[in-house]
Amino acid sequence: MSEKERNEEAAELPEKQGRERLAAPVKRTGMFGGSTGGDTSGFGGLQVRGSAPANSPRPYTDPDDPRTADFDRVADDLEAALGEDAGAVERVEVALGELTFHVRREALLELARVLRDDPALRYELCTGVTGVHFPDDTGRELRAVYHFRSISHNSEIRVVTTCPDADPHVPSIVSVYPTNDWHEREAWDFFGIVFDGHPALTRIQMPDDWRGHPQRKDYPLGGIPVEYRGATVPPPDERRSYT
Amino acid sequence: MTVTEDYIDASGGDWDDVIEKAQATSAERLVVNMGPQHPSTHGVLRLILTLDGETCTEARVAIGYLHTGIEKNMEYRTWTQGTTFVTRMDYLTPLFNETAYCLAVEKLLGITERVPERASVIRVMMMELNRMASHFVAMATFGMELGATTVMTNGFREREMILDIFELVTGLRMNHAYVRPGGVAQDLPPGAVGQVRELLKEMPKRIQIMRKLLDENPVYLARTKDVAYLNLPGCMALGVTGPLLRASGLAFDLRKSKPYCGYEGYEFDVPVSDGGDVYARYRVRIAEMEESLKIIEQCLDKLGPGPVMIQDAKIGWPAKLALGPDGLGNSPDHIAHIMSSSMEALIHHFKLVTEGFRVPAGQAYAAVESAKGELGCYAVSDGGTRPHRVHFRDPSFTHLQAVAAMCEGGTVADVIAAVASIDPVMGGVDR
Repeated sequence: MSEKERNEEAAELPEKQGRERLAAPVKRTGMFGGSTGGDTSGFGGLQVRGSAPANSPRPYTDPDDPRTADFDRVADDLEAALGEDAGAVERVEVALGELTFHVRREALLELARVLRDDPALRYELCTGVTGVHFPDDTGRELRAVYHFRSISHNSEIRVVTTCPDADPHVPSIVSVYPTNDWHEREAWDFFGIVFDGHPALTRIQMPDDWRGHPQRKDYPLGGIPVEYRGATVPPPDERRSYT
Repeated sequence: MTVTEDYIDASGGDWDDVIEKAQATSAERLVVNMGPQHPSTHGVLRLILTLDGETCTEARVAIGYLHTGIEKNMEYRTWTQGTTFVTRMDYLTPLFNETAYCLAVEKLLGITERVPERASVIRVMMMELNRMASHFVAMATFGMELGATTVMTNGFREREMILDIFELVTGLRMNHAYVRPGGVAQDLPPGAVGQVRELLKEMPKRIQIMRKLLDENPVYLARTKDVAYLNLPGCMALGVTGPLLRASGLAFDLRKSKPYCGYEGYEFDVPVSDGGDVYARYRVRIAEMEESLKIIEQCLDKLGPGPVMIQDAKIGWPAKLALGPDGLGNSPDHIAHIMSSSMEALIHHFKLVTEGFRVPAGQAYAAVESAKGELGCYAVSDGGTRPHRVHFRDPSFTHLQAVAAMCEGGTVADVIAAVASIDPVMGGVDR
C-alpha cells in the first residue's frame, strides 16, 4: 500500500468508523419505559449497539509490542501470495498480540492452500477449527475460527470466516490440512456448520441420532434442580446471572 | 452380525455365532469392534478393526463415549470456576489444562505481565512434575498392555511420589483447580520445597531403573521397534505435536518457540529421535523426564519470596486456604480479616466469589506444551463475567486421527502398541 493510499484511508477513517458503528449488531433496545404503550419520552426507541467489528489500521506491527513483530511481514506476504484474490481478506484485526484475518468463506480453501504452500508463509500446522455462535450478529451468526502455526517462521495467525444461520455452509479444508477432519466434524456436531467437501461429515461426540447442535446459544444447557439439606439449588442455566 | 461374501461383521453378538458363520462361508475378512470398554483402550476409545487373519487392514476410531460437555458448561459459570472444569478434561495433565486456560484468560484481561514471578515459577514447577507423572502413566499402561506388569507397577509407584507432592501443594492428587486466573490458588505449604528436593534426589535413580528395564530389553524392542511408524510429513499433515512429533525428528517445542510462564529463562534441551516408531516415542518421553528434572531444579533456585496471586483486588481470588487437621480448608486468618478488620476486603471477597470479574470482550488463544503435545485454549469473551465460548484443542483428540496411518498393515498386537504410544486420554479427547 502506497503512502498516498494510506493517507486517503486515514482521511475517511471517522466516516468509516461511523458506518461500522451503524452496521454493528443491536444488543439492546429501549432504555426505560416500554417500547409500546404510553411511553412518550422517546427513550423506548433507543438502540444500544454492541462493539463494531474491529478493523485495525496499518501498521500492524507495534514497535513496543514484541509479540506483533512479524505482523506487517505476514500481512504483506499474504497480500502478495493472494495476488488478485487479496479481496478475500475482508478485514484484519490486531488485538492482544494476535493477528486475525477475517476472510470471505468462498475464498477460504484457496487461502488455506496459499497459507500452507507459499514459501514466504509456510503455515505447516493447522491446530484445528472451532465454531462460535453469536445469535445477535445478524447475517454472521456462526463463525468458524482456525489457528495456523508456521514452524519454519515461528508465527501464529488466526483466520475467521462467518456464515449466516440460514445458510450454514463453509468450505472444508481437509484436502489441504487433513488434521482438520475431526475438528470439522466436531464443529458440525456442536454448531451445525456444514463443511462442504468434507469426506464424511458425521457427528463425532454426540450420538448419530442426536437432534440439535449442543454448543449453539439457542440450545439449552439442561439440568435438574438439586436438593441439598432442605434447600433446592436450581440448574446452572436458571441460576442468577450477572451478565 | 452381518455376513457377506467379503467380510463378517463381528462388532456385536455372540462369538459362537460368529465362528459358526465364519466356518460356513468363504469370507476371510473379519470386522472386530475393540472397545469402548476394553482394558487397553485407555478408557472408552472404540476401535473398529478390519482383520485379514492377524493383519489389520483397516482401523477406524470412534470417540464420544466420554463427552461431558465441559465447554458448554463453562459458559454458565464464572471465569474462575472454569478452572474446576478444565482440570477434569485430560485428567492426567490437569495442571497443563489449567495453565492453558488461565493464560488465555489473562491474555484477555491484559494482565499477562502482572502475574507474579513466584506464581509463574510455581506453575512451571507443577507443570514439569505433571509432565513426569503423565509420562510415567504412559509408560506404565503401555507396559501393562504388552504384558509387562513390572513396568506398570514401577511406573505407578514413581508417579505416586509426584502425586504426593501434588496432594501436599494443592490438596488433591488429581483435579486440582490450583492454577487460577492471575496466579495460583495458594502458596507452597511448608515442607513442599523439601519434598521436591527429595524427589529430585530420588527420581534420577527411579528413571534409571526404568531405563535399565526397557532401553535394551529384547522383548520390548521386538514389540516397539519399527512398529506404528509415522514420518515427519505424516505428522505435519495430521497435526501431530509433542513427543510423537519429536520422535519423528523435529525439535518443535512450544516452550522454546513461543515461551510462556517464563520458560525462556530455563535451560533445558528438547529430546529428539528420528525413529518415528513406538520405541522412539518411548525414548523421547524418558529423556523428557530427565529434562523436566533439570527444570524443576532451576525452579527451586528461582523461587523467590513474593505473592502468588496478582495484586489486584478486582481480579485476584481472595480466599486463602489453610491446612487444618482434616486437610485444606478455610483460613481462620482470612476470615478474621474480612469479618472484622477490612470492609473493603469483605466486599471484594463477596463480589468476586458470587459474581466474578468481568473480562473485556475479545478473543485469545493460548497454547502450552503439555505432556502430550500442543494444548491450545481459545477463549471468547463478550465482556461479561462468564465466557462466551471456550474451546480446547486437545492433543489427544488430534493424535487419535493418526491411528489409521499407524496401524493399517500391521498386526492386531501392534494396534495396541500404536494406541498406547499415542497416549490418549479420553477425558481430554471427548471433553
